[in-house]
Formats: sequence, C-alpha cells, structure tokens
Amino acid sequence: MAVLVDQDTRLAVAGITGREGTFHTLNNRAYGTNVVGGVTPGKGGQDVEGIPVFDSWAQAMDSCEPNTAMIFVPPRFAADAILEAAAAGVALVIAITEGIPAHDELRVYNTLRRDHPGTRLIGPNCPGILSPGKANVGIIPASFFKEGNVGVVSRSGTLTYQIGNEIAQAGFGCSSIVGIGGDPVPGSSFVDVLELFQADPQTDLVVLSGEIGGSAEEEAAEYIQQHMTKPVVAYIAGFTAPAGKQMGHAGAIVSGSAGTAAAKAQALEARGVRVGRTPTEAARIAVEVLGGAAATSA
Amino acid sequence: MDLLEYQGKQLFARHGLRVSSGRAVTSVQDAVAAAAEVGYPVVVKAQVLIGGRGKAGGVKLAADEQETRLHASNILGMDIKGHIVRTVWIEHASDIASEYYASILLDRSAKKPLLMFSVEGGVDIEEVAEKTPEKLIRHHIDPLAGLSREEALQVARQGQADEDILEGVADALLALYEVWLQEDATLAEINPLIVTPEREVKALDSKVSLDGNALYRHPENQSLSDSENEDPLERRAKEEGVQYVKLDGNIGILGNGAGLVMSTLDVVAQAGGAPANFLDAGGGSNAETIKQAVDLILANPAVTAVLFNIFGGITRCDEVAEGLIAAFGEIKPTVPFVVRLDGTNDAAGRRLLAEANLPNVHSAATMNEAAEKVVALAAGGGGS
Repeated sequence: MAVLVDQDTRLAVAGITGREGTFHTLNNRAYGTNVVGGVTPGKGGQDVEGIPVFDSWAQAMDSCEPNTAMIFVPPRFAADAILEAAAAGVALVIAITEGIPAHDELRVYNTLRRDHPGTRLIGPNCPGILSPGKANVGIIPASFFKEGNVGVVSRSGTLTYQIGNEIAQAGFGCSSIVGIGGDPVPGSSFVDVLELFQADPQTDLVVLSGEIGGSAEEEAAEYIQQHMTKPVVAYIAGFTAPAGKQMGHAGAIVSGSAGTAAAKAQALEARGVRVGRTPTEAARIAVEVLGGAAATSA
Repeated sequence: MDLLEYQGKQLFARHGLRVSSGRAVTSVQDAVAAAAEVGYPVVVKAQVLIGGRGKAGGVKLAADEQETRLHASNILGMDIKGHIVRTVWIEHASDIASEYYASILLDRSAKKPLLMFSVEGGVDIEEVAEKTPEKLIRHHIDPLAGLSREEALQVARQGQADEDILEGVADALLALYEVWLQEDATLAEINPLIVTPEREVKALDSKVSLDGNALYRHPENQSLSDSENEDPLERRAKEEGVQYVKLDGNIGILGNGAGLVMSTLDVVAQAGGAPANFLDAGGGSNAETIKQAVDLILANPAVTAVLFNIFGGITRCDEVAEGLIAAFGEIKPTVPFVVRLDGTNDAAGRRLLAEANLPNVHSAATMNEAAEKVVALAAGGGGS
C-alpha cells in the first residue's frame, strides 16, 4: 500500500508536449509509473516517445482510461485543464503548475466540490506525489527516497527533499511523499492527506512539513488530536519571516497575528504533536519515535 | 500587490462605488491647485502602505489655501514607520453621520470569499471582532453564484444599518464584490464606509490587495503599487524574476525552493545569525541565474557573509557550482561564502568547487553545519 499513487496508477499528462511536461513525464515513466497518455489541444494523434497524445480529456478517457491526471500547462490554462480532466471522470488530478490566479483556484475548488465530488485535486504549485518503489507523479527527485513506513506531507518541495533525505540517511523509508503545494487555495489540505495516511497500513508515522500563512497547520493539529492514532511529527518553516512580506510561495504571507510559525508550532504542540525546530531535528524526532520499527520495516 | 488608498479608490470608482473626488499630487504647489479644484474644506492624506497614518499626523483637514500649504509641506517627505510619504491625496472633506465597515477577503479555510460588515466602522476592526463579535457580520459568498442583491440586503439588515439606507449599503457591498471579482483582488476593504447627512453611502478609505498571479488579465493595473517606496533591490529582483525579500541582518542567503529558503533563514537565526535577505533561486536555476543572484545579494552593503543552501531536485548542483564560479570570476566577492550542496549531481558540484579553489569559499556537509559556519564567519568581520 501507499497513498494516492501506486502500481495501479494510470497517468495522463496535460501539457505533455511542452518542454518541462515532456521531461518530467518521461522521468516518471522511467521510474516505473504507468503513463498511458497525454493531452494537448491541437496535437491529438501525435505521440511523445510512444505515449499517445489526445486533443481532449474526453478522448483520452475513451482511449486509455487514465485514473490520474498531471497538469503541466501554463497558469492561465491550468484551471480549465483541471476541470476538464475532472469532467472526463479522472479521480485524481495532480497540478504542478505554479502561478495560477487565486480566483481561478477558488473557482476550481468550489466547482470540483459541486460538480465532481469524485475527483481529488492535489496542488496546484506542488511537486507531486511519490510512492517509493511504486510510482512517481511529478517532479520529486525519487533517487533520494526509498520505500518504507514514513508518510510525508508538505507545502514545500525542496524542504520535503531535505527532511526525506535525513530520514533516509537514518535508515528509514517512505510510504508516500505528498506535496500539497504552497498556494492560498490548495485542492487538498493537510487534513485530507493525514486521513489517507491514517488509513494506510504501510504508514506507521507521518511527518508534516508546514510553513507560515493561513491556518492549515492549526486545522491539522485539531484533526490529529481527534482522529489520528499514528504518531505525527511536524516541522514549520518561517519563524524569521517578517509580517506582510510574501516569502516566495503565494500562500506564505503573514497577515496580522494569524499564520505565524510560532502560532502554528504552539497549536501543534498543544495537541501533543512534537515539532522539530530544524528539519534535522524533525527527522531525528521521527527516527526516535519509530525506534525499533526500523528493523521490521526495512 | 497592495495598493495605495487613492489607487484603491480609483478601482472603487470604476465599479460604481461612491468616493469623494480627489487628486493625487507630489508637490505642495500641486496640492494647493488640487484643493482649489475639489473645493474647500479638503483633507490632505499621506499615501503610504502602512496603517496608523492619522496618529502619525499624516491625515489633516485644511479649510483654506494656507492650511493646505502647511499640511502638504509637513506631510510630503514625512517618515511613517519607515515609509516615506511621496504622494498626498487631496479630497473634498465629507460630512459624516455614521461610520460603517465593509470588506471582502479570501477566506483560506472556507475556500470562499468572506464578506464582512459592521456599523462600528472607523475604528480598529480587530477590536470590534474581539470585543463585540456580534456586531461584525460575516457572510461567505459562493464564488460560483456570486453575491445577490438579496444577500447584500440581508447582510446590511443583519448588521443593523440604518433602515433608510439599507439599499445604499447593499449597493456599496455589491460594488465592493465587483471590485473583488473583476480586479482579481484578494482583499478589498473600506474603513470607514460613511453615511453622510444627505444619506449618501461613500468609501472614505480603501485597502486593496491584488493577486500578482492575475495581473496578466489586468494590464491597466500593472503600473499600480507603491513602486517609489519599494526597496530598490527588491524592485531589481522582481525585474529579473528572482524571489528576493530584503531583511535587516548581515548574512546573505541563497537557496532553491521557498520552503527550504524560509527554513534556512530560521536555522541561521537559531545559530545566532541575522539573515540579510530571502532569496529563492527557484527550481531548475541555471548558472546564469546563480550569478545574477550573487550579484543581487552582494549589492546589499550590509552583507558580511553568504550562505548557499541547495538541495537539488530539478536544480542541478553542478550548475549551481558553475554559476558560483562564474560569479567569482566577474564580481570577485570580498566576503566569505559557505556552500552546502546536496541532491542532484551533488558530487559533481562539490568537485567543481574543490577544483576551482575559490578564495574564502567554505563547504559544509549539512544545513546545520553550514549555518554555524556562516554565523561564525559573518561575526569575524567578513572576508580578508
């Protein structure tokens, strides 16, 4: 088991014919992900290294039945691509695209809830999902992770690699690594992914990597206290970020007193979640909590 | 992207929200001319992106030319919490019967626009929310359906706006939603929304933030924002497409990925150092980007040491090393560098750096070690 992507994944990619889209699609296929098609309007009938390209998601669905969509199109086309994939019946949409207008994200989120409740969106502005040894959908450098029992969920890409790498060096592997993205209106929240890890038999512990802005970490803290029996270790980035300044991610901006790293760490700790002050410390705590479990899972 | 008061009011006016007529000016002479045009009495208002203008003396009433001259010359050039006033807004003074509050913001938890309204305007709204929450009406708008006239009226009624101006308040709320929607705003706030003795409903102030990601849909808004008060290095970074935020310390920071860079700032601070900037070189940054970034970091004279913290995913460590080597060839930095390279092609990157044998460049195996090293070097008084 793992969460969201695995051997049963049938991936199709919006924007497969673009430079980045092609590169990462082939990377994902090389990892072992079952890539069944791509969608680029006007390029139907072509192929990318043997992967058939379709004009629309409806056509892709008719021909190769993808159950997972990866969105790699430019920001101004991304919202419609996500909704088109959902309308065609794709159950999981992973949007890598960065820079989608917040109002488009609102429209997508609320339209999915209303019209396509069977479709789950991860991202946008996220590195994707990797289930080591099974499938990789997105841009996570898979070579740094091995298979194991730690679930990772994060708003940041590179920070995930940092923490995942430290866990790997300590001898542990990951069930799945899920990047939910750094935008103000992500399709899935920490809570959504925590729920999946709680139900996943391969996952024994979850590392949650958050950052300043919004209240997703506080909501996660509440959820963990009420619903999680598996241990969760957290890390929060942005203690030194000044208020009112956007730190790269559109979601990472502190307004007023809400959304600070200190408030988030406090909310988590108050509900029994241990919070590492550095990525290294978070990884160390995770390893400490797992303790002897290493031997059984290795 | 935050707008100045007068820029926000111009957007309000564009969508039918009533505002007083006024002029934005940058000199005392123009202030006097503008006052004559809009008619006395006038209000002279400092245009800066910071609250507390009134308390700082940045908002003054002028009854005649002499007072306009006096206030404009005092306010222009004034330093309000680090923001220098370069523009004042001259508007015809309004008579006020009541001060209300209205705003629409993106509620990230509910994932819907949140409309807020209160008849307790003109004051700190956080205080109203805390002390008398029943007086702050909160209404989530369905972004797929929009805001209906019935909803707007309901909010006005629920907030106990005066009976005779319920329609006027609803008009203002509907116009505010149009601003929010049509201009791709993430925040549109009016405090105060006033009722005049003639029972007109008007926006006396504005606070508007626009979504930078949506600017391509609004070419007319691209020139807005407080570019004069923007830090020159931040402006340059924006032009070069680099994510850079200037901070108060002396340790220059470069990393890849917003989360990792934020984390690097924290780890440096925990090691006792003070970061001079946030700089995200981005995913897939190449040698040229790295060179430009080094140039940008060193353009801040406060920097006494620099930390490179790279975990390569899409970014290749050998490209980063090449960029750093190229930067040393051209810029010849005099401050020490600490470089931590991990991830894609890290061995090749480390080898390139070792072979180049750059002066005063130190390598570190981990993020924590890198932070400790750079803090020690920065305290040592920089390069020698």
